[in-house]
Amino acid sequence: MVGSAGSARSAFSAQVDNPPRHAALVRITHWISALCFFTLLVTGIEIILSHPRFYWGETGNLNMTPLFSLPVPASRPAVPTGYGFVLPDQNGWSRSLHFESAWVLVFTGILYIVYGLATKHFWKNLVPDSDDLSGRAFAATIVGHLRFNRPEESEAWRYNTLQRLAYLAVIFLLVPLAIWTGLAMSPAVVSAFPSLVTSLGGQQSARTIHFFVSLLLLVFVVVHLIMISIAGFAKRTRMMIAGGVQQGRRVV
Amino acid sequence: MNKISRRKWLAGGIAVTGASGLAVAGKLASRYGLIPPDHSGMYGAGHALTYASQRLLTANSFAREFPRDQISKAPFVTGRPLQDDAFKQLQASGFSAWRLAVDGMVAHPGSFSLSDLKSYPLNGQITHLACEEGWSFIAEWFGVRLSRILQESGIQPDAKYVVYTSLESGLSDSIDMADALHPQTLITYGMNGRDLPVAHGGPIRLRLPRQLGYKSMKYLTRITVVDSLKGFVPGDYSWYAGI
Repeated sequence: MVGSAGSARSAFSAQVDNPPRHAALVRITHWISALCFFTLLVTGIEIILSHPRFYWGETGNLNMTPLFSLPVPASRPAVPTGYGFVLPDQNGWSRSLHFESAWVLVFTGILYIVYGLATKHFWKNLVPDSDDLSGRAFAATIVGHLRFNRPEESEAWRYNTLQRLAYLAVIFLLVPLAIWTGLAMSPAVVSAFPSLVTSLGGQQSARTIHFFVSLLLLVFVVVHLIMISIAGFAKRTRMMIAGGVQQGRRVV
Repeated sequence: MNKISRRKWLAGGIAVTGASGLAVAGKLASRYGLIPPDHSGMYGAGHALTYASQRLLTANSFAREFPRDQISKAPFVTGRPLQDDAFKQLQASGFSAWRLAVDGMVAHPGSFSLSDLKSYPLNGQITHLACEEGWSFIAEWFGVRLSRILQESGIQPDAKYVVYTSLESGLSDSIDMADALHPQTLITYGMNGRDLPVAHGGPIRLRLPRQLGYKSMKYLTRITVVDSLKGFVPGDYSWYAGI
């Protein structure tokens, strides 16, 4: 611990007077969202296991041909899966935890968006500069990623272009789409706002889109974790928990 | 004022505002009947948020109804029809002895036979039944409004919930008055132009198209009007299933 703090201190000596790498609110909302994603993922998988078949349109059931089926066992004996066993039914608590986590994520997201707009966090830190979007700069970023180059220490103080685009897509596209398609499966919500589901082509279409959006979010999280590992897992994680390395210096 | 102390003041202010806001919100929610019976425990907050927000949003909403050509060709159902002897005896006589008992906070407790139920105005709906497992189908349902039967029985104005019971042993559930009195809440005895099939809960099934299928209880035998759900035991699934 002392050794790693010491090396971080020397690496960041130039930035000692800078504010924390990540603002407190960004750090708090990041970890709450990470926890929510984990519980939503686990419970979402549990829910899917009771009917691992997907359809398009309003309706879908075992008397209909699915769009596709997942090659997994099911938690209901009626579902033909090709497996000789039925998984235990965990749907009850999974559903309750899924929706409770979704609520926490929504409140966290609102807090984060309000903060991000009020402090221009999105403009300052996430929207790519036009320079970075120029063909040459963008190509250089992509090539760097394809070579799995370990980023320079100086790059830890700003997000690169691909990172910015990925974060913006998650915050403003994928998570809102997951919430929308989730609400579109609710018979009560769509009784008040039918266009939430009719615009998607039906309740089963909403379920299928919800699945693919979740899959994209999972891909994002896996890539995110790989990138952090390449950049230095312990150091980057510490920055996201404590804010910045110079805060550790103050404590030490 | 330096930066750290300003931040502390801000955080403290947010915490105090948040805590008192929550307390006030809880009081208000309770007064307006926005707290579900399964509001305690680990998932209670989620249940309460869903119920309260959807009750506010769906005060005057109607479940979507579909054109006839969207009715599912082969409506699906899970589970086997009821197998016990009492049910089979009733079935053998065409359910002529089936009774739907209505009791609790009503002026005239009593029971309704199938032909009693059919003597009231027929209501039909082509609605979507979604199971919490993920599958769904659309069917045309026929029956009498639950609100009509409650009126006939002289429901008392301070009633808060309707508890309903299935002939299937041990199955019982409840709904609030917003759903019990909703025009689309039917005691159904017909489906897709025929008597309600036994597999789908015939002879009578409660139909609640603004909630998931598990609230639409099959083999309905008893309706009890109450003003509280004292002794409510939470099930595996959330009590409110409008999600």
